Amino acid sequence: MSARSMEGNNQVAAPTQARSASVPNTKGPDVKPRLLLMGLRRSGKSSIASVVFHKMPPNETLFLESTTRIQKDSIHSFMDFQVWDFPGQLEYFESAFDLEDIFGSLGALVWVIDAQDDYLDSVARLNRTILTVQQFYPGINIEVFIHKVDGLSDEYRTDTFQDIVQRISDELSDAGYENAPVHYYLTSIYDYSVFEAFSKVIQKLIPNLSTLENLINTLANNCGFEKTYLFDVLSKIYIASDTRPVDMACYEMCSDYIDVIVDISELYSWDHPVRKRLGDQIQEAESHVVLHDQTMIHLMEMNKYLCLVSVIRNPEAKDKRGLIDMNCRTFQDALNEVFSRSWEERSTAQVGSATANK
Amino acid sequence: MDARKKKRKVLLMGKSGSGKSSMRSIIFSNYVAKDVRRLGATIDVEHSHVKFMGNLTLNLWDCGGQDAFMETYLASQRGNIFSDVAVLIYVFDIESREVERDLDTYHAIIEALREFSPNAYVFCLVHKMDLIQAEHRQRIYDERSAVIRSRSSDFHVDTFASSIWDQSLYKAWAGIVHKLIPNLVVIERFLTAFAKKINAEEVILFERSTFLTVTSVTSEVGELNPIYDRHERLSNIMKAFKHCAARNTLTTPASAGFVVMHTKTPQFNIFLGRFTDNTYIFLVVPPGEASYNCAVLNTMLAREGFSKAAAGSGGGDGFPLPPPESAEDHATNGNTL
Repeated sequence: MSARSMEGNNQVAAPTQARSASVPNTKGPDVKPRLLLMGLRRSGKSSIASVVFHKMPPNETLFLESTTRIQKDSIHSFMDFQVWDFPGQLEYFESAFDLEDIFGSLGALVWVIDAQDDYLDSVARLNRTILTVQQFYPGINIEVFIHKVDGLSDEYRTDTFQDIVQRISDELSDAGYENAPVHYYLTSIYDYSVFEAFSKVIQKLIPNLSTLENLINTLANNCGFEKTYLFDVLSKIYIASDTRPVDMACYEMCSDYIDVIVDISELYSWDHPVRKRLGDQIQEAESHVVLHDQTMIHLMEMNKYLCLVSVIRNPEAKDKRGLIDMNCRTFQDALNEVFSRSWEERSTAQVGSATANK
Repeated sequence: MDARKKKRKVLLMGKSGSGKSSMRSIIFSNYVAKDVRRLGATIDVEHSHVKFMGNLTLNLWDCGGQDAFMETYLASQRGNIFSDVAVLIYVFDIESREVERDLDTYHAIIEALREFSPNAYVFCLVHKMDLIQAEHRQRIYDERSAVIRSRSSDFHVDTFASSIWDQSLYKAWAGIVHKLIPNLVVIERFLTAFAKKINAEEVILFERSTFLTVTSVTSEVGELNPIYDRHERLSNIMKAFKHCAARNTLTTPASAGFVVMHTKTPQFNIFLGRFTDNTYIFLVVPPGEASYNCAVLNTMLAREGFSKAAAGSGGGDGFPLPPPESAEDHATNGNTL
């Protein structure tokens, strides 16, 4: 999937480059993948963007004004990307809008459906959008967030999910698109599901995902990690994890542990000339905590943006920390190599990174 | 057994709906702020015992604040309620529309307290500060605390601005428990010497279940830290993570906790570990692998020393060199743990 989306990006790279020339792009000729948030008005698009990318507490999203213009957010992280928050009332298929401007160089289209409201209208519009997008830009991933599910009972949630999936896939197969890249997620800003969903969306845009996953798998197997995530520290989206099934409990603890470390760092990272170090130490931050049931959470900074967080349930892990640290360092070297190589290749030849993976 | 020394009676009073039970639940019963919506009005007096630091038990009297109750406290129940009080915590709702009337009630309570327990400490919390716009908070709080002081007779009153939605609640309660802990001088003397030995910028002692700051020692360099409310923010951060850990390991927040936490960054190193049965020790030392490991080892040694000293005096949350009059108190306390 990631290969396909990247090819989509590269095909339309040239025109976007020209238009975004005013934006300083230090990373050379690579194109910023773009995420487009769409959906009916009041479905929760701006809330999602604020919670995920601006760390807004979910309760405060109540006070967000309705969006009237396209909000463009640039996210600078391990991989620069843009998030466009699209006002729900805009009729983007009118001639006044340049389709190429909106959908060209798009990585993923995130369509938000308010599951607590009557969603038929939204689904109909989504279907129209998918058909148009599929026609001109078949490489774009379509990600459907069935949103605000925190207010629904479990049973009703499943029913809604199935109903929406059914309606969309029926429409698509009628139009002759059997394997359109459409994915569905149940989300809510009041728990971790929206981060989880965004993680999946972003992961599809990462060129070297399979390489990263292989590396993490090797590390996790050798160190006896129960689950390992490679997190983007700022947004707390995970860009890769080992391929064991997702465990919400592990994810929550890892994500909260990053918060703990970031918050504590804020308290004690002040600069002052009289602060002196007492000796040598490795540059990157490293931290671990052992909980009451002997679960260990291990966190290691990989580079400016990424950190590796693992959950270890083996009580012996405490005594083998040196080994774990060393393995993580080795992983860090490998990771940085993967990322530096991907820049090189994209600058030398504009080939899809699908080949780079093989 | 001298009950007065071990059990401290704490009165929690204030107008109905001012947030007394909410803050009690957050601090002592592991509620999170948004859960307190579930709490109903307190009827009459709710008693609870909170074991704090082992040899100190807080006997909390959460007094319902409706006018009818207030009247009985001041009249028929007067002797029962106000005798033997170690601490009175009076909560003012900043949003109250009847400030003058609140102050009258407060004054009546203070008079009753003076009659039965003239040596009690009085703390006034100006609560729900989150409802005031940030730029006016300090001014409004200053005005309000001046008025409160003027109505406090000859009691020395400590006032705190508080809100359950941020760390200010921890600041207020840490201030309160700090006044109640026996042997605090001994503990502080030890910590100061210890911090100097291991070159720590800061050493903080947290109570285990509430994560309130018991006491702290800061070096000269550590004093330069521009963030003044860091202790209560730490309480808040660690307690939030404790809740998360409890949720995801399927236990109750009361039984969740940390065995040890190490953090090494280019600016500082932090160690958090169990110190005594009821406390965590939190060390901040400058970067340096070797010296950090030394500091951790020394902490372990100090802990062993402590538990030995405690075992000698009958177990419990012992600190060495207890003053002679409390040594006995100590020994009896050990059996109850």
